[in-house]
Amino acid sequence: MAQLRVLIAAVVLVLLSATTALAQDYTISVSQIVEHPALDATRQGFMDYLKEQGLEVEYNVHIAQGNIATANQIANQIMDEGPDLVLAIATPTAQACAQRIRNIPVLAAAVTDFVGAGLVKSMEEPGANVTGLTDMTPMDQHMELMLEFVPDAKAVGVIYNAGEDNSVSLVKYLREEAKKKGVKLEEATIQNSSGVLQAARSLVGKVQAIYIPTDNTVVTALESAMKVAHENAIPLFSGDTDSVERGTLASLGFDYYNMGRQTGAMAYRILKEEANPGEMPVETLQELSLWVNLDAAEKMGVTIPESVLERADTVLE
Amino acid sequence: MSYYAFIGALEQGFVYGLMVLGVYLTFRVLEFPDLTVDGSLPLGAAVASVSITAGVPPYLAIFLAMGAGFLAGMVTGILNTKFKILHLLASILTMIALYSVNIRIMGRPNMTLLGKPTVLDPLEAMGMAPSLAPLALFGTIAVVIVCLLIWFLHTEWGQSMLATGDNRQMITSQGVNTHIVIILGVGLSNSLVALSGALVCQSQGAADVNMGVGTIVAGLASVIVGETVFGHRGVIRPLIAALLGSIVYRLAIALALGLELGAFSVTPSDLNLITAVLVVIALVSPQIKSKVLSRANS
Repeated sequence: MAQLRVLIAAVVLVLLSATTALAQDYTISVSQIVEHPALDATRQGFMDYLKEQGLEVEYNVHIAQGNIATANQIANQIMDEGPDLVLAIATPTAQACAQRIRNIPVLAAAVTDFVGAGLVKSMEEPGANVTGLTDMTPMDQHMELMLEFVPDAKAVGVIYNAGEDNSVSLVKYLREEAKKKGVKLEEATIQNSSGVLQAARSLVGKVQAIYIPTDNTVVTALESAMKVAHENAIPLFSGDTDSVERGTLASLGFDYYNMGRQTGAMAYRILKEEANPGEMPVETLQELSLWVNLDAAEKMGVTIPESVLERADTVLE
Repeated sequence: MSYYAFIGALEQGFVYGLMVLGVYLTFRVLEFPDLTVDGSLPLGAAVASVSITAGVPPYLAIFLAMGAGFLAGMVTGILNTKFKILHLLASILTMIALYSVNIRIMGRPNMTLLGKPTVLDPLEAMGMAPSLAPLALFGTIAVVIVCLLIWFLHTEWGQSMLATGDNRQMITSQGVNTHIVIILGVGLSNSLVALSGALVCQSQGAADVNMGVGTIVAGLASVIVGETVFGHRGVIRPLIAALLGSIVYRLAIALALGLELGAFSVTPSDLNLITAVLVVIALVSPQIKSKVLSRANS
């Protein structure tokens, strides 16, 4: 009984200490699966955009630390907070929010396959309270970019986590594009970030370029793949521009910060113009920018084609 | 912590409580630390979601999931008893194999159940609020399972399971085949874990191959918290304690999620740390209490 009393006392204490919201225009609850640069940049872009529009927003940010049980509890927590809008970052957190939260608008970001994940009925007409912005990479353009660097490539490697739904969808499209271009796609799958080094090594000698899609697991251990690329003079491309900053050769992206901003614009329409999320089509990123990294090119022994350098938006030294 | 968070924590406590009961059976009754659960939880979810998507009624789907979990547990048991592989290693092998198996079953790493029929539909059709229906259903299932386990542990089979964990040599000398007891015991445990997974995916809206990560940690923490707070003597009490331990564990996470400590700001990345600290407090508080009491008495 004494333990029970301690427990009740603790509950009461927390209830009392929970301060009520101050004078803010809106409250937004955020549910994010893990913390990593791309997902954090999405959140930041979202917040920055709304701030620039002059909206006073109080944020409740929750991170599930990769745990789906916690993602469920966060969805419950958000029901309590009763925000004006929910921002769900990545597929599992978006699904947990979509399942529980039925009458608050939910914007999902960093989700690749909205229909496959069951979040919306169709990309054009989501139908319920969930819509958002897809991070489906334009694989055709990425393939063309790689072939511009390595025109006579016979095979291209890709490293991804076969347990990440987003990555599996991406690689499916990459496979189709490779087939169209007559290039062989060598796939190396991993289960956790410590497998990236070995996966990259397994591609050495078989491929003329390596592609890292926007895969949460691989991106956390990007440096391992870079090391292999440097040692074996293999051009390493990435699906996102944040990774170019970390040392991949080039990307046509797809900047997660901009993605967050565009999602922020969707939030603005819902909050200020009372747009109905069920009638807002799932958006794709409007601005794609070409990033190249000169230092990476040197380390990988690659010459950047003039045509690429000319139209690059960002050239990192 | 307020209404939804509290209700949600209870609900998660019950639904993962089924998994905790499974962990209790192996870890405490059989003295068999079983890591299969990290794979059998998503296995249950995978089988349930594929079945439901294929048109199997949700209530039948959870039995199929339990069957799959039972088989997975049996594999671990057979690897341990018949092939003489250390129990920890045997269970790890099954666990990593299940990762691939689960992707095979679903055909992809994540399978949605949003918009599909679930076990919760009949309750919601009766007019129960979507936030209360899972609590009512999972609570009922958990209580029924606890009752069934209490009955089971008093049968001859249950007694030989208890005896196998207690003193294997003694029970072998009495002519009980401990291999069969272990194989079926680990199977039973994992069928409960798979049941938990089958229900979790229906309340979460999707089965995901990564949903099992950390299951054993949550399971062991719940078992130990339950024992410490609610006692561990006899056969009936520890079973109830395991279920309650699961609820306390989820309440701890709900507390950590809503924690505000005035000027000291807790960042979202502190969640795991805070949860661990709260569990440690639950674990050590009875010891401190008994020390204080014994000093006061002397």
